[in-house]
Amino acid sequence: MRVPLSWLREFTPLPTDARDREAVRRLGRVLDSLGLVVEGIEHVGGGLEDVVLARVLDIRPIEGADRIREVLVDAGGPEPLTIVCGAMNFVTGDVVPLAKVGAELPGGFVIGRRKMRGIVSDGMLCSGPELGIGQDAAGLMLVASTGSPDAPLPAGLELGAPLADYLGIEPDAVFDLAVEPNRPDGLSIIGVARDLAARLGLPFEVSVPSPVTSGPPASELASLELQAPDACRHMLARVVSGVANGVSPPLVARRLLLAGMRPLGAVVDASNYVMLELGQPNHPYDLDTLGGHGLSVRFARPGERLVTLDGTERLLGRHVDALGGVLEVEDLLICDAKDTAVGLAGIMGGAATEIGESTSRVLLEVAEFAPLVVGRTAKRQGVRSEASARFERGIDPAGLERAADRFCELLAAAAAYAGAAAPVVAPGDLDEHPRPSETRRVRLRLARANALLGTALSVSRVQQLLTPIGFGVDPANTGETAPDGASTPGETTGEAALDTTVLEVTVPSFRPDVQREVDVVEEIARHHGYERITPTRRRSPNVGNLGARNVTRRRLRRLMTGLGAHEAWTSSIVDPSLHVRAGSHAGVVELANPMVQEESVLRSHLLLGLLGSLRHNVSHRNPAVRLFELGRVFSPSAAGEGLPVEHEHLGLLLGGDGDDASAAVRAWRVLVDGLGLDAAALQLEQGPSLGPDVGALAIGVHPSRRGLVLDAATKLQPVAVIGEVDPEVLDSFGLSRDRRVGWMVVDLEQLETLPTRSDLARPVSRFPSSDIDLAFLLGEETPAGDLEEVLRESAGELCESVRLLDAYRGPGVPEGARSLAYRVRFCALDRTLTDVEVAELRARCIAEVESKLPATLRR
Amino acid sequence: MSAVASDGAPRPGEIEEFERVAAERVAGVRDLGTLEAAVPELTGRRSPIAGWKRSLGGLAPEQRREVGRVLNDALVRIETLVEQRREVLARADREARLAADRLDLTEVPPAPGSGHLHLVTQVREELEDIFVGMGYEIADGPEAETEWYNFTALNVPRDHPARSMQDSFYLATGDHESFLLRTQTSPGQIRLLERGELPLYAVVPGRVYRRDTADARHLPVFHQIEGIVVDRGVTFGDLAGTIETFVREIFGEGVATRLRPAYFPFTEPSAEFEITCTICGGSGCKTCSQTGWIELGGCGMIHPAVFEATGVDPEIWTGFAFGFGIDRIAMMRHEIGDLRSFIENDVRFLTQF
Repeated sequence: MRVPLSWLREFTPLPTDARDREAVRRLGRVLDSLGLVVEGIEHVGGGLEDVVLARVLDIRPIEGADRIREVLVDAGGPEPLTIVCGAMNFVTGDVVPLAKVGAELPGGFVIGRRKMRGIVSDGMLCSGPELGIGQDAAGLMLVASTGSPDAPLPAGLELGAPLADYLGIEPDAVFDLAVEPNRPDGLSIIGVARDLAARLGLPFEVSVPSPVTSGPPASELASLELQAPDACRHMLARVVSGVANGVSPPLVARRLLLAGMRPLGAVVDASNYVMLELGQPNHPYDLDTLGGHGLSVRFARPGERLVTLDGTERLLGRHVDALGGVLEVEDLLICDAKDTAVGLAGIMGGAATEIGESTSRVLLEVAEFAPLVVGRTAKRQGVRSEASARFERGIDPAGLERAADRFCELLAAAAAYAGAAAPVVAPGDLDEHPRPSETRRVRLRLARANALLGTALSVSRVQQLLTPIGFGVDPANTGETAPDGASTPGETTGEAALDTTVLEVTVPSFRPDVQREVDVVEEIARHHGYERITPTRRRSPNVGNLGARNVTRRRLRRLMTGLGAHEAWTSSIVDPSLHVRAGSHAGVVELANPMVQEESVLRSHLLLGLLGSLRHNVSHRNPAVRLFELGRVFSPSAAGEGLPVEHEHLGLLLGGDGDDASAAVRAWRVLVDGLGLDAAALQLEQGPSLGPDVGALAIGVHPSRRGLVLDAATKLQPVAVIGEVDPEVLDSFGLSRDRRVGWMVVDLEQLETLPTRSDLARPVSRFPSSDIDLAFLLGEETPAGDLEEVLRESAGELCESVRLLDAYRGPGVPEGARSLAYRVRFCALDRTLTDVEVAELRARCIAEVESKLPATLRR
Repeated sequence: MSAVASDGAPRPGEIEEFERVAAERVAGVRDLGTLEAAVPELTGRRSPIAGWKRSLGGLAPEQRREVGRVLNDALVRIETLVEQRREVLARADREARLAADRLDLTEVPPAPGSGHLHLVTQVREELEDIFVGMGYEIADGPEAETEWYNFTALNVPRDHPARSMQDSFYLATGDHESFLLRTQTSPGQIRLLERGELPLYAVVPGRVYRRDTADARHLPVFHQIEGIVVDRGVTFGDLAGTIETFVREIFGEGVATRLRPAYFPFTEPSAEFEITCTICGGSGCKTCSQTGWIELGGCGMIHPAVFEATGVDPEIWTGFAFGFGIDRIAMMRHEIGDLRSFIENDVRFLTQF
């Protein structure tokens, strides 16, 4: 909402000088503090001091130039002035603005005496935009046309006089306000003025005289019929005859321009002016082109069409939504008396009954439409007009007649300006008011207001705050005792808490948003000033708690950075083809209304995003990168309906130099150790037993370089998958299939269920330990892990550690097998082990391994 | 050395001569090995002194004592010289070995270092710590939500523009417009209130979604933190004080806050909270559009309708809620020009923080 300062002054005597930028900024801060957020301030109308009225006396071509001409003008001086001008839209006798030499235009451009094609120009003839007072840049601003250099001038027009004086232009400031949805009154000049006047303690008044009526009554000239009383609660139609639809008086045109609307002729301008000033949208029809000379209001029939003023043909009564569903909907139409649609109620008029230059009889429609009806149609049609924005929020149901009166007042002023006869207003408006609104009353407990705000406002202060913004505070109803629970002694302190005053507050008609007590409390706070409420420090009686999940997240993150991995975050909304490329055919959660196809499903896996990030780094010549992400992944609910299932995963992509599945195994071991998990309670399952039902966790992983971590006791849900990215998947993500990329993905929920190792201290032996090194030949089909487990078991309680030293394949080892060398360390708490003891342990280990596994000691 | 062990008694001047020659020899030795090899000839059994000592038995007792004393003194002096020389050579030897072992520490090639936490995580964890310090719990909520949690229970009217398919990502499961990606962390408020454990002091950080095209200042996926406090007698003044407290924790002592009336369906009175511009310190600049203030988030007293929707009696309990963007704080603090840097995961960006 663009609000010119001068317009506000019509209703309240603001002392702010538009030329004083600091004062204007201060006023802007007041608006801010009232919740009318100033998004910008524009200073206009300055820089016109040396722009005067001049009449064109003669126009001569300049030899060798076809884009500029020599113009002789009378600017009130003793001699005519010579001006070189590039505009072509004027003739002799026209009165135009002349910027004299030395003038500084609003844009900061200084006019100098310039010589063009040998001719000295004594200034510049200006267009509206050059002066900051019009939009038509096609040529000079034409102030008046007198027909010839000798013709009499219009009354009051004096050549050489300042243009600004003649047009009534004063330096002005325009506030660009962002108005919150709960402030329908903020979409009118009077609403903004009322708020300011209240805060600044200034008087505020809106007075609109009722027009003198004459001639036949409106009911003889036109008709009005309402068929949808819940959608159109009130409609008033007024007939005005003898309208001269010329140009608007300069003040009206200028105000409209400053507010962001284009002047289009006296009738439409008056209509728009009323809407901006009073917040009441309205629509003038050319009564003579209106079928049957009347209006009716009904819902559109399914499939009905209407071409609106913007030239768009609109399908009504039926709606095809973004997903292709077809619904029958209620679109409210304004029709003529012959049932032809002439407007989309509260949104936009139709093209056929537009006001034209020849319009002389106007039927003005002023209505109160149901906000939801207008809002829904506007949303479906994708239009948000000045009118619909106001109806959606709710207009002042008590302001219809005032709007019509103001319209008539403006038409009369326009006629006077044009020197035409005053328009004739027909007596007896057509007025259908099927749903009169009632005055809303809200009970306000003073103690409650003070308790919510942390204030100690008195009854009189509350009255002083609410009355200027139109609320009625009935002091007769004070003293009533609040019911139980409103204010329990002891819960709050101070005088206010003990106050049992209940005020009956009458809500003004222009504040439909104020429905209950707390809404009134907000108005009190707003006008008291948020900044005047003292900040207090409330201490939590609870102990702060990070929560188990956050503790896990933090530990995981630090373990990952310890591994040299950087944390990434990737979008949860991905390309459906990524899942396919990653080898997943499981169901995904689709968006109903994606922006683009490439971002239309929720990720079911973290691998996708991280591979994308790896590719980004590869393409910027940083191929060796370890990345991890901690985030949610989604899968459809089991039943196919209901909310999707969310899992939180940790994904670690190991793209460092030499990284492969082994790096992932090492990372997993770091994780197990760092989280204090009981490694013995975990099982790494690999190989053919890994069924296809391992689920989303194993997507995109190299089939023979992957392992599934299970809780050895339950063997239910997999906790993690560790391994390497499938080369085909790397390829499909634009990464080389020849490089190896390690991968680990962990389900946090499962991780949190795993047993942790005992945190009780175990003593450490003071006696020397003994090592035995054993190398076994083991077939490739048996996991080394099995051998290690047998070694550990057979080594018994004296075993301190079993470490794989080396795995060897090659000469001396049969095909299909490898030599695995382990070092087993023994130690006793109470003694040094004897050679005999160690030899026995060694023999036992060898015997156990050779008997339990297809392994032989390599000698 | 020419002096050889002699079995005869030393002739006059012979001891002095040997001592001089020995000293010269010791001083001339350049390495430990040569020194040790010379030791038997200088002070050991093969030294002339040893020979002269053996001859002492043939001397008169008085002369024997005298010559013995002279010989001993000479021997001690030579031994001292040897020892001193040995120390010098040992030190030189160690120094030479270490010098040969020199490593140029600027010659070390780079190796992968520590990983870095994402900037958004760093800010999020800092915020979590601040609120834990203030006695809040850190809570979670699902990212895919029902309309009820995301809108209805938050008192967002059915026809509110925020519910429009223009602004929210709806899911293609269930009825259209019944499941969506949360557009704010506020549904967390509802879930916490439903839990019914009062008084409640909590924040819900997390990922939220808006139907925006990604550009320098918008991402369709971003992060917010939502705070909620419900207790007996909570006031708007408490809200203002709480915001003042955590803003100071985040941005430091010099930063002021102010509340400005605003509208949110789930709070009443509602406010935007602003902080003094972190770029210009409040004097006015391009970043703050010359106002000196930067909008940080929304807040307000919890609307009674929200309490009613979650079965909390608004006559007994009052409270406030606030919310703001985590990414935005990171952006402001680190002067990040383009939010898309957050999701590109370029190591050249990630390793800066």
